[in-house]
Amino acid sequence: MGMTMTQKILAAAAGLDKVEAGQLIEANLDLVLGNDITSPVAIKEMDKFTAKGVFDKDKIALVPDHFVPNKDIKSAEHCKCVREFARKNEITNYFEVGEMGIEHALLPEKGLTVAGDVIIGADSHTCTYGALGAFSTGVGSTDMAAGMATGKAWFKVPSAIRFILTGKPAEWVSGKDVILHIIGMIGVDGALYKSMEFVGDGIANLTMDDRFTIANMAIEAGGKNGIFPVDALAEKYIKEHSDKPYIIYQADEDAVYDASYTIDLSQLRPTVAFPHLPENTHTIDEIRQMEAVAIDQVVIGSCTNGRLDDLRIAAKVLKDRHVAKGMRCIVIPATQAIYMQAMEEGLLKTFIQAGAIVSTPTCGPCLGGYMGILAEGERCVSTTNRNFVGRMGHVSSEIYLASPAVAAASAVKGVISAPEEL
Amino acid sequence: MNAKGRVFKYGDNVDTDVIIPARYLNTSDPGELAAHCMEDIDRDFIKQVNKGDIIVAEKNFGCGSSREHAPIAIKAAGVSCVIAETFARIFYRNAINIGLPIIECPEASRGIQAGDEVEVDFDSGVITNVTRGTSFQGQAFPEFMQKIIASEGLINYINNK
Repeated sequence: MGMTMTQKILAAAAGLDKVEAGQLIEANLDLVLGNDITSPVAIKEMDKFTAKGVFDKDKIALVPDHFVPNKDIKSAEHCKCVREFARKNEITNYFEVGEMGIEHALLPEKGLTVAGDVIIGADSHTCTYGALGAFSTGVGSTDMAAGMATGKAWFKVPSAIRFILTGKPAEWVSGKDVILHIIGMIGVDGALYKSMEFVGDGIANLTMDDRFTIANMAIEAGGKNGIFPVDALAEKYIKEHSDKPYIIYQADEDAVYDASYTIDLSQLRPTVAFPHLPENTHTIDEIRQMEAVAIDQVVIGSCTNGRLDDLRIAAKVLKDRHVAKGMRCIVIPATQAIYMQAMEEGLLKTFIQAGAIVSTPTCGPCLGGYMGILAEGERCVSTTNRNFVGRMGHVSSEIYLASPAVAAASAVKGVISAPEEL
Repeated sequence: MNAKGRVFKYGDNVDTDVIIPARYLNTSDPGELAAHCMEDIDRDFIKQVNKGDIIVAEKNFGCGSSREHAPIAIKAAGVSCVIAETFARIFYRNAINIGLPIIECPEASRGIQAGDEVEVDFDSGVITNVTRGTSFQGQAFPEFMQKIIASEGLINYINNK
């Protein structure tokens, strides 16, 4: 019985020739990540260790991004705690305001995540780096503390579901529509404890930013990780961003999967997840048959959709148009580099001319922190990843998850719409 | 090790945003977090919960964010055990790592109602519904996880190794 791509990476990291689903292993870690919400809890736990210090100051990344720039005094204290810890332990990859970005957009850009790596992060969207052929998964603060101290973590080797992607997505259909379609199909616990392995010749038709978006939301189907094979495009990305050595793993021919699904990308339509679960999906065609959903706010950004492709698509929709009267449209480039490039390409000017605002990188509104909190009964179309009750503000507010194209079109029309309707 | 208490019952997909909303994540103090535990799904929870009480839920309990603040808030609110049909994987790890007992048992999830008096024996995995006179076999932890729980969390387990 062969191994999946994920199982091969885990076997190598545990120093074993072979692992199988269900086996408990201890793996060596290539990177341990934390943010301004999860790191303070981990830092407090670090004090309880009898052995002091961190396992490797180059293999820890601390990225204050959730409530940064500090939204209030308590958040400022959290950030101070992380900053002081980074200074004391001489952490190489601590990213201060001015150089930070949303962690899951920032780390690949900085070359810290490459193929074959085993990465844990105290943030559930750590699964994003599977787009580069790494095993990466979200953990809590105690696991982060143990990882920082020992450079190791325990894992139960996951079984896998295989998604065979074929064909080419139509115009205005992107990675977000692919992953929302999949979550709609298998449900928010459809991949519970499992790997989601994406294969097939359709991958060649997905940009790296599409793949980051897809891997990013594996957790929204309950997945342990999402992972893509490393093709020429992924290898080019790694080489352009990193000088770290990388290893490309491929699933064995006789690897066993719990299930396989074939998805023809050319048949996908712009897809929106209605409140209050990412699995409540409807295509834009289904939505047209419903009563129009009027919205108050649009958010374009986050670790899911705040990358350059996302901003380019949104700008293409908003060019020479204006957001609807009374609409609040908030655009958040995910990193400083993306912000700068978007500025050079004139995208930020397009957003501002369209009546949107542009913010410094932050997770802010996605988790209801700040920078776009919803009042009672308000509705938001958002390119973020979760539409749980109260996620972005008041418990009676509503979040509709969508791609940057749909979010931008909806900002113009004032109701949920696709660009083709403009 | 045993737990005994009155049950608060919830459905599928209780996410970490409703267990502890992010607007309170500017603190990591267990007491402050507990004061807002379950606020967005059950405003009365924190007023009514007593030390030792048990949460019973259905599928995918603790889905969403990796915030360890969620099991910390539940534990600090006095809850002695969470029983569910299934748990989201990060919540599962976090609960074990901080020493909050949790147990998967679909039959118990279906056979227990809000307000029932329930007893859990962690060594055997047996869950007894005292109110209704029924019992269920929950999944006992693998030996490795039992050691983490016996050490009262992952850090002590590593220190002792």
